[in-house]
Amino acid sequence: MINDKRIRIITGHYGSGKTEFSVNYAVKLASMGKKVALADLDVVNLYFRSRERAETLKELGIKVIGSSINTPAVDVPAISPEVATPLQDESYEAILDVGGDPAGARALGRYVEYFKEGNYDMFFVLNANRPETQSAVKAIEYIRKIEDVSRTKVTGIINNTHLLKSTTVEDVLKGQELALEVSNKINIPIKYISTLESVAENLPNNLEGEIFPIKLFMREEWML
Amino acid sequence: MAKVLMKGNEAIGAAAIKAGCKYFFGYPITPQSELPEYMSRELPKVGGIFLQAESEVAAINMVYGAAGAGERVMTSSSSPGISLKQEGITYIAGAELPCLIVNIMRGGPGLGSIQPSQTDYFQATRGGGNGDYRLVVLAPADVQELVDLIIEGFDIADQYRNPVMILGDGMIGQMMEPVEFTTPKQRELSEKDWATVGTGGKRNPNIINSLYIDPESLEKHNIKLQEKYKIIKENEVKVESYNIEDADVVIAAYGTTARIAKTAISKLEKEGYKVGLIRPISLWPYPYDEFNKISDRCKGILTVEMNSGQMVDDVKIAVDGRFPVSFYGRTGGMVPTPDAIIERVKEIYGGEK
Repeated sequence: MINDKRIRIITGHYGSGKTEFSVNYAVKLASMGKKVALADLDVVNLYFRSRERAETLKELGIKVIGSSINTPAVDVPAISPEVATPLQDESYEAILDVGGDPAGARALGRYVEYFKEGNYDMFFVLNANRPETQSAVKAIEYIRKIEDVSRTKVTGIINNTHLLKSTTVEDVLKGQELALEVSNKINIPIKYISTLESVAENLPNNLEGEIFPIKLFMREEWML
Repeated sequence: MAKVLMKGNEAIGAAAIKAGCKYFFGYPITPQSELPEYMSRELPKVGGIFLQAESEVAAINMVYGAAGAGERVMTSSSSPGISLKQEGITYIAGAELPCLIVNIMRGGPGLGSIQPSQTDYFQATRGGGNGDYRLVVLAPADVQELVDLIIEGFDIADQYRNPVMILGDGMIGQMMEPVEFTTPKQRELSEKDWATVGTGGKRNPNIINSLYIDPESLEKHNIKLQEKYKIIKENEVKVESYNIEDADVVIAAYGTTARIAKTAISKLEKEGYKVGLIRPISLWPYPYDEFNKISDRCKGILTVEMNSGQMVDDVKIAVDGRFPVSFYGRTGGMVPTPDAIIERVKEIYGGEK
């Protein structure tokens, strides 16, 4: 994580687990004593957005930036002008949680002036259990579409293959195979293998990418 | 086929296509817009037609037309959009046509909010349109059940020539869950010899209509409809029960709320409380008889809904004075927590286990 660039852009299909990864990543950075800002650029999904966890994150010292309209459930694709703050102020470790699919990634294009090669990372969160990204061809098509509309380049793949709370080691390994295929075809490294703490413990230690154990912040106790 | 992870709204689309739905007419509204988006992408691939109508009123009348031609057709919306469709729905019910209508409910009244609710129970089960008609109303509690009910719903609609409504709250549409598409048990369905597909010069034209100028004919038509509804009531009740023969308190809840109730029940069991659950899956026909199985020692029924108290009326009809019935609800898009339900159950216990 220390070696990631100051600006981290998190993209992927909705359901890939971008938001859980973004929130966990922010929490981890904050626990290392960093000054962290998490900007929620999601204008596609209206439920399960990182801004819903703003209070929890604020208590950990993380700056959460959501809509300019101050209500978490608003049906208006408004993004706060404050998103520019952590992009301009280099004392911040910035995480941009970008909305699902190419339509959601369009919001990123507005900030392209801040993204110079070498100063940002853009991670593509991959879930091999999502029908739209089950094959390398489909996943690469997704990556290209997201790159096109956002005018930025993916620099790393995150294998976040999951079936929510019922995720198994086999799910992660299946995803790792797909992530490797994508990685080899487009020459982008696997940066993280993100999975539940209980699954992470049982993963083999020779996998490409750093194992990143996560907690589920966005799922209520009654959800699967 | 292995499990995949799908959002409820996408899963509805995938299930409908699997059930042979070829036509979708609708108009986008949060929180169900992923469904028309999915259909616009996927229906052309199977030779079907997706059409975004100029309004909900137009969309439901397109459904009326396609259903009259005997095709498997679906529309979907969320609460205010379903209100707009009511005229078309009663026409379709009156003309005895099969179709699937999906309502992914949001907070109301009026334009309300985009967050989940169950405030359209009355509208769905009592008829939001005019006249003595009924919809078969099915309320899934998770994405897998949503898929299964969509597939079976098309069969039910065809079997009885009646519109079927899938009533889910916003959470069901928006939630991601693992699903598996299995081949469902198929019903024996008769040929749609009533459909308006052209006579070929070989028979008299079929007529699709809900207008009866002559009162005697209209009364006859109504009697026929009521006979049909009676058969549906006998055959199509769906309910899940848990531990009601041995419970001190029984919770009645459907959809997402029932899942939250289940979490509350398992926490209560750890503390030694005996709590049962009745989860209606068909809201019409309502599983009234299930409440007869509740043991006499039950201290009370707690109905939990995301509204100000709608299904609680059916619970009172079902219980018929045998037990006290209380209600706990959240509105406006707020979702009840297991802990709040636990507190209400303990109140009914009145301090003694």
